[in-house]
Amino acid sequence: MSRVTRFAGRDPGPSARVAGFLGHCRENGLRLGVSETETALRALASVEAADPAQARAALKAVCCGSADEARRFDALFEAFWMNGGRVVTRATPSVRTPTRAMRSTAEATGPQAEGAGQQDSPDGEGEGEAEGGGEGRLLAVRSQSIARRDLRELVSRDDIAEAERVAERLGRALRDRRSRRRRAAKRGAEIDFRRLVRRSLAIGGEPLHLPRKARPDRPVRIAALADVSGSMTVYARPFLAFLAGLMRGDPSADAYLFHTRLVRITEALRDPDPLRALNRMSLLAEGFGGGSRIGACLERFARGYAPAFVDGRTVVFILSDGYDSEGKGAIGPALARLGRRGCRIVWLNPLKGWADHGAIAAGMAEARPHLDAVHSVNTLAGLAALEGELARL
Amino acid sequence: MADWTELATDLAAQGYVAAPDLAMALHLAVTLGRPLLLEGAAGVGKTEVAKALAAARATRLIRLQCYEGLDAAHAIYEWNYQRQLLAIRAAAEGGETGRQVEQRVFSEEYLLARPLLQAIRQDAPPVLLIDEIDRADEEFEAYLLEVLSDYQITIPELGTMQATARPIVILTANGTRDLSDALRRRCMYAWVDYPDRATEIAILAARCPEVEERLAAQIVGFVQALRREELDKVPGVAETLDFAAALAGLGVNDLTEDPAVLQAALATLLKTRADRANMTTEVAQRLAGKAA
Repeated sequence: MSRVTRFAGRDPGPSARVAGFLGHCRENGLRLGVSETETALRALASVEAADPAQARAALKAVCCGSADEARRFDALFEAFWMNGGRVVTRATPSVRTPTRAMRSTAEATGPQAEGAGQQDSPDGEGEGEAEGGGEGRLLAVRSQSIARRDLRELVSRDDIAEAERVAERLGRALRDRRSRRRRAAKRGAEIDFRRLVRRSLAIGGEPLHLPRKARPDRPVRIAALADVSGSMTVYARPFLAFLAGLMRGDPSADAYLFHTRLVRITEALRDPDPLRALNRMSLLAEGFGGGSRIGACLERFARGYAPAFVDGRTVVFILSDGYDSEGKGAIGPALARLGRRGCRIVWLNPLKGWADHGAIAAGMAEARPHLDAVHSVNTLAGLAALEGELARL
Repeated sequence: MADWTELATDLAAQGYVAAPDLAMALHLAVTLGRPLLLEGAAGVGKTEVAKALAAARATRLIRLQCYEGLDAAHAIYEWNYQRQLLAIRAAAEGGETGRQVEQRVFSEEYLLARPLLQAIRQDAPPVLLIDEIDRADEEFEAYLLEVLSDYQITIPELGTMQATARPIVILTANGTRDLSDALRRRCMYAWVDYPDRATEIAILAARCPEVEERLAAQIVGFVQALRREELDKVPGVAETLDFAAALAGLGVNDLTEDPAVLQAALATLLKTRADRANMTTEVAQRLAGKAA
């Protein structure tokens, strides 16, 4: 195991370090509040906090909230507590001053200070590493430095506003579905006789309450996967704007980007500032403009995310040209697996004449049997024109 | 503090081998009095944790199985209408006044306590297992949050019922839908993964002691290899145990011995037609050969 982090002498104490660690997690996207800091300290107090394995397991149970976070946690933990014996001068995240609530928890939990304090075990060997290092943010993410492209060059604020309108209309066309069944509803149109009789039993058969029922809305969820590989760069503009618009208009929608890897960008696109959302998205879209592995990415979607986010009431949009640089054979099975979840799959292809191009035609031919609809669209106006088609799905 | 490992040992005594992360999360949930949210693929032993914990602490296990449309009447309490009606009829003949009757039929005697109410009214803290919470509707999840934060339930006719003992709450989910952040934040969390080789052998030894060591190693090797294959439904720990029991019942000592028997026993591991079709005798023999 790599060596533990050393903290500078003027460091305010173990509980501040734990608060610092939670801040570090927060910066890396874990959703943690002030109360989690308190829970973390209580958790550390109830285990042998000096033992890294126990401290790690305890903090993991407190800080994580989903499978994805649980997978990333070890790297975050390593980065903060085990950065190879380097000295960290400030344990708490520097920019923001801790809130009063945070400070008070830090003080209130003085007694177990010793337990957590042994974390830093100052070993005398001192390898002469740069003492000043480690001042900046600790990033646990090992970034792949492939060509990074700024999506803001591609999409303007007006585009997003326009796309938002289009996405909203399309969403409405898809979403307005009503069930044939009836369910209890406070202000339903009809009286529910079965429940009426059941209720009246308690009051000797007098129908005092009139329970009602109505057809519930069965909202359709949208999941969109946009291809941002090299061959799609020219068409990225309308599609990315569409994604951004979709996410802003519909709180239940789900968005992904893929090229050689698949990234979920739902969270990033929810950012209230549309341009900052795009900025975050371009950070996620590392490798933008490279090759594409459509089959592999769809497979990963079908296995990884689909069980959680796709059901029989979901429409999956795939925005791609169908050119898989890995060759053929992977798209079909992946779509078949996805289709088994009962969702509808719509493929929007920006190339009008894709039928003529060999490799693309092969990919599309493979996909065709599993699709509910294929359309060729490459502008926002084109997307808007799909409204009628999608309503018939 | 030894009680962390103690808990793991207690669970092991009940035949449940817990991974360190899980044991720690359980320990914290118990000591800090927080609910524990367990996620993981089907068949990795999420439900089993609660059973083992209840057995280890010699307390009751109260289980609430969630499903779509689960409502308060099935999760919390319901009045026993039929008995109330009978009581009212009888009272009418006996000439009781309306007020007396009312008081009687809205007493605890006529209350049907469902799992959540039962759980907070025990003398000793029970283990409350809320299974597959992601199957229940979001409204129910919101209601559950309220119960889990205050441990009290209000019944309009009787008043508020305070918890006599705080139950140890374990929630399980397998990702049918995304759970709300509020619920995730309130809970301790542990992701339960398929066990590694050594753990699975230990589980097998605890649960099926009749399987001898060499065969157990083979079975685990085989199942672990199977999990790496492209399957629709990956076999869980429960399936491994069934498989071992099946082999023991068939009197098999060596996996590679008889391909036909192995193929028959695969019925306990592979649960879809496509998986059965893909796992031909040759493939199964190759995996078994590697495991041996």
